[in-house]
Amino acid sequence: MKKVNNIYKALTVICSASLILGCERGLSEEVEFASFPNNGDIFTDAPVGLTDEFFISFDPAAGANTEGFGTDDNVAFEGRSSIRIDVPSPNDPNGNFIGGIFLDRGDGRDLSGFDALTFWAKGSTTAAVGLVGFGNDFEENKFSVGQSNIQLSTDWRKYTIPIPDPSKLIQERGLFAFSAGGLDVVDTVPNGNEIGFTFWIDELRFEKLGTVAQPRPRIFGGANLTEQAFTGSTILVSGLSQTFNLEDGSNSTVGLAPSYFDFESSNLDVAIVNELGEITIIGEGTATITAQLAGVLAEGSLEISTSGGLDPAPTPMQPQANVLSVFSDAYTNVVTPNFTPGFGGSTTEASVSSNGGDEFVTYANNNFTGILFDDNPIDASAMQFMHVDIYVQEASTSSIEFQIRDIGANQTINTNVNNGFPELDDVDFRFTATGLTPGQWTSFEIPLSGDLATQKNNLGAIILVGGPDFILDNIYFYSN
Amino acid sequence: MKTMTIRKKHTLGVMLIGFVTLATLTSCNTDETQTVATFDNLVLEDNFDVDGFIDTEIWNFDIGDGTAQGIPGWGNNELQYYTDRPDNAAVENGFLLITAKQEAFNGAQYTSARLQTKNKFQQLYGRFEARIRLPYGQGMWPAFWLLGDDSDGSVWPQIGEIDIMENVGDEPTQIFGTVHGPGYSGAESVSKSYTLENTRVDTEFHVYGIEWGPNYINYYIDDVLYNQITPEDIEEETNGEGEWVFNDRPFYIILNVAVGGNLPGPPNAETEFPQTMLVDYVRVYQQ
Repeated sequence: MKKVNNIYKALTVICSASLILGCERGLSEEVEFASFPNNGDIFTDAPVGLTDEFFISFDPAAGANTEGFGTDDNVAFEGRSSIRIDVPSPNDPNGNFIGGIFLDRGDGRDLSGFDALTFWAKGSTTAAVGLVGFGNDFEENKFSVGQSNIQLSTDWRKYTIPIPDPSKLIQERGLFAFSAGGLDVVDTVPNGNEIGFTFWIDELRFEKLGTVAQPRPRIFGGANLTEQAFTGSTILVSGLSQTFNLEDGSNSTVGLAPSYFDFESSNLDVAIVNELGEITIIGEGTATITAQLAGVLAEGSLEISTSGGLDPAPTPMQPQANVLSVFSDAYTNVVTPNFTPGFGGSTTEASVSSNGGDEFVTYANNNFTGILFDDNPIDASAMQFMHVDIYVQEASTSSIEFQIRDIGANQTINTNVNNGFPELDDVDFRFTATGLTPGQWTSFEIPLSGDLATQKNNLGAIILVGGPDFILDNIYFYSN
Repeated sequence: MKTMTIRKKHTLGVMLIGFVTLATLTSCNTDETQTVATFDNLVLEDNFDVDGFIDTEIWNFDIGDGTAQGIPGWGNNELQYYTDRPDNAAVENGFLLITAKQEAFNGAQYTSARLQTKNKFQQLYGRFEARIRLPYGQGMWPAFWLLGDDSDGSVWPQIGEIDIMENVGDEPTQIFGTVHGPGYSGAESVSKSYTLENTRVDTEFHVYGIEWGPNYINYYIDDVLYNQITPEDIEEETNGEGEWVFNDRPFYIILNVAVGGNLPGPPNAETEFPQTMLVDYVRVYQQ
């Protein structure tokens, strides 16, 4: 704190001096801003300005394969060497996907003079690379950018990942990031039938193309949303993207970190929003959250209405030893549920909010969605019930259906696309929650009966159908 | 522009390479032999400097979808309905704005504008140029072009057409210049494209122009002369069938933004509307 004060005082002196001199310059000639190398090259025939071990893998404990990364002196788009990445198959003992980052060796680079990351790549087959991008330093990842599903060709092809706002990148250490899993030629579900492949990357660099144009930033996926919120709760701005039109006329959309945006609340007495896109509800009334990216108004907004605080849900009474929890602050949760599975045709908006540290999940416009934990199914063989607390704000005649799904030994959600019923080795039990009283929490104890009575060792999803706008808390399985 | 234009592909490439090599060895460069007059006598200038005012001493509006003119879809299956509403044509901040909108209007799904100088400003030969920033996106088809006077009863393509600049919105770094005449019209027109490096047509203004004199039309963008078309080129491209019709009548100016049509194809879900072509100035010089 003392240091900050000193700098402030020093600046005050400089400013006063300028004023006395009456010059038009904003800053003294003595002022020098720190600047960082502005070399755009990352890999040509060798890594440029990177750490000796320039590839830093994602966590092997999470399945990242550290064996498949290297350089190849027999393959190159230009020169004599390229980066070679061997994407593993799902049953590879060294890990079932490959990915990581290239970190700058020094303090970072000034990339503000560039407008895109470009590289040449080719694959051993026409697979897709799950994610490529930059801005990940395994620390704050403050200016992270990622493009999904880069389609490879078996010949060299140039790829362009636009920089959402180059002026932000004055000291960036995360120069490249990628992640790739096996190629699935059978279905679109990651279920172990994927095959490994190889791809090569060459001439990886930041470039000033001059043809990256027509920015179209979005928040909330470009939708104008409304949400009832409660004083004291927080909401995260989601659905961030930036789209550019490239030299070849195609549109390129990247996902990006919130720090690229300047967020704004229309009513600071109701809601404030920080540079990480965290909205905090501080008072009663209405506020609209909007954003700009490099001076361009983003499509999409959130209108928040609040009429006070949300009473916390009733404190669960089951002892921890009898509980396998999905989502509750009263217990240690055994899974990290996905509340936004993005089912095709779903209109549902779901967001996790916090009320003084007590998290709850808010649903609006639900037709159907799910709470998914299929990547880590719960063995509920010893459990008898599912507990859930439901809050609705307004009176409604519609009810919410819960479909508790066991996803079977293949640990994959198998649903008949025509009727929505489980198929193959999946079973479910369906329960309709009625009698919801506006303005208060209602607790439900749903028995794990029906088909679940004999198969509940791979619970992987809770499908939610219909209902008014509602809030859920304390979702857990338990036995008496 | 008036009927379907398909830019010439270089299918004769291999044969032509032989030709070009020979020509290079045996004759001077085109630059050394071409006739270039200096056109420095300014005879028409519209800088669009008065907000809200389109000078009707210079400009006419073409209205509709071409049906009234006997060419529905303006001869190219274009999708727009041209209007003279400020929504589609306006002068603001020193620019002429021609704006293509997506809206249901008199049976069309898009509106736009087309301004021309027929019977108000027409000229044989000269330097015609405009400083323009183009729209972008699949289906956009902006153009700055000339048509020959038809008051003697002649019809297209006999009257001639000089397309100074055309672009399709899904190729944001490329423009093309074209002539149409008897024996080389529509798909058979004589055309050449130019690709910009490190810049685009929709983010920057560029000067598009021709220098047109007896037996030649020179095409340029900014300070780059990228093509010359002469009666010899027409003869070569049409196996002697084509007729040079650019020495015998005055031509008038057209500025428009078409939507869809045979050349660009229709807009798609990614096309952003509205789209605006900004014209900073139009200038015409004589010798």
